[in-house]
Amino acid sequence: VRLQDLQQPAVSSKVFVQRDYSSGTICKFQTKFPSELESRLDKQQFEETIQTLNNLYAEAEKLGGKSYLEGCLACLTAYTVFLCMETHYEKVLKKIARYIKDQNEKIYAPRGLLLTDPIERGLRVVEITIFEDRSIGSGR
Amino acid sequence: MSAVMITRKVRKWEKLPGKNTFCCDGRVMMARQKGVFYLTLFLIVGTCALFFAFECPYLAVHLSPAIPVFAALLFLFVMAMLLRTSFSDPGVLPRALPEEATFIEMEIEAANGNVPAGQRPPPRIRNVQINNQIVKLKYCYTCKIFRPPRASHCSICDNCVDRFDHHCPWVGNCVGKRNYRYFYLFTMSLSLLTIYIFTFDIVHVVMRSVDNGFLNTLKETPGTVLEVLVCFFTLWSVVGLTGFHTYLISLNQTTNEDIKGSWSGKNRVQNPYSHKNIIKNCCEVLCGPAYPSVLDRRGVMQEDSPVSATSAAPYSTSSSSSNPVPQTTKTTAPLIPNEHTPDDAKPSIAASAEKSPSPKEEHPPAPKVPPLASPETDAEASLTKDKTH
Repeated sequence: VRLQDLQQPAVSSKVFVQRDYSSGTICKFQTKFPSELESRLDKQQFEETIQTLNNLYAEAEKLGGKSYLEGCLACLTAYTVFLCMETHYEKVLKKIARYIKDQNEKIYAPRGLLLTDPIERGLRVVEITIFEDRSIGSGR
Repeated sequence: MSAVMITRKVRKWEKLPGKNTFCCDGRVMMARQKGVFYLTLFLIVGTCALFFAFECPYLAVHLSPAIPVFAALLFLFVMAMLLRTSFSDPGVLPRALPEEATFIEMEIEAANGNVPAGQRPPPRIRNVQINNQIVKLKYCYTCKIFRPPRASHCSICDNCVDRFDHHCPWVGNCVGKRNYRYFYLFTMSLSLLTIYIFTFDIVHVVMRSVDNGFLNTLKETPGTVLEVLVCFFTLWSVVGLTGFHTYLISLNQTTNEDIKGSWSGKNRVQNPYSHKNIIKNCCEVLCGPAYPSVLDRRGVMQEDSPVSATSAAPYSTSSSSSNPVPQTTKTTAPLIPNEHTPDDAKPSIAASAEKSPSPKEEHPPAPKVPPLASPETDAEASLTKDKTH
């Protein structure tokens, strides 16, 4: 069942998955399963989604040969190269957007849930919208 | 039902709270007071212009044509770094939308428990352990978020900035996570440029004085005197600043942390962000990944007020609370409820907030206003959200 097919979905509530700062300032979200989702989603499914997101953000922020090379080359061109080229981080963000869309279509929408891309919330939270449970959409 | 369509696209930067000024349709972001920035520009461009006018013709002929060429390259690099620092988003954290703010408030209240009447509630602080160090995250009452570690609220720009270093009036912007390396390269290249111009001014005066005498030289090239003055004062400040920031970078600290003495070493407090290796710290700060702006300044605002007005009309009679509907249609930006927001307006603000940040995947709410939850169910829903960590 696609979200678009549900008539007049009403927002029941929203859950905000907070950032996990235990590893420092890198972008990482808590994998603790929110109690509000217990009736809609498997704990494992949720953890897998968040863990994949965390891995993707880690890939974006990785300090290594590739990021140093990008940084040095960009500096030599007085960073004008970024006017035409996409940064590594931006590339991974596009990957993350595709992943979230995919997860929404396959797992979250059929359960009356919606994941919001954290970039739209300043990378602060993963917002999960819980829609009112209509009989049409309550497939598990 | 006829409606007047607003044909002008409203971009998100126009509705951003905070005291920034935007130019070039959201591409440029600066602080409100730009006077000192213009002074910086004037000093750099002015001094370099004098250098090219007075020194370069003589030195290119008598010493080497490489001198003006290198000066020009250095000047261009300095300008590029200055403009990049001044015009970019320093790493501003967007404010919490009403629902997120409410969610956090609920969590705080749940954590505090019952505060006896008359007593001030405890300060809003979250403790986080980073690298075996307890770091306190403070709550920002303006942005309604718990600030991430190393973030700070700039009172001049009225924004929370990630990895806040300081607000620099000389560049007319905050210096934070996204533009710190440009700021550092600016101070470094400006130091080099200043030393370069100063050195060649001296060389030029000496060479000319040998031929014509000192006083005659000064009369022939009055620009040199001005340059030397500017360079002399600039040297002391900018070179010192570059040195200071080099020290901070090697320790992976921000100016803000240094001033507050966050990691000064008392009580065995150590900087949890440092890699304990100077090279690694420098690499992370200067050559780390280029963080994107999370503000989406040039994104188009999703709502068109008249469209909502036409489609909301049929719902105003069917929804249980009719008063929130006209309010949702008027808003183009999410309202942030504060202590003055009446309680019955809050669900409507929540509904409008739900519409405005609508991600690209979300289609149903766009043309139709979903029936709004009545205030009682909202309160019930929020009570059941009580969690304990």
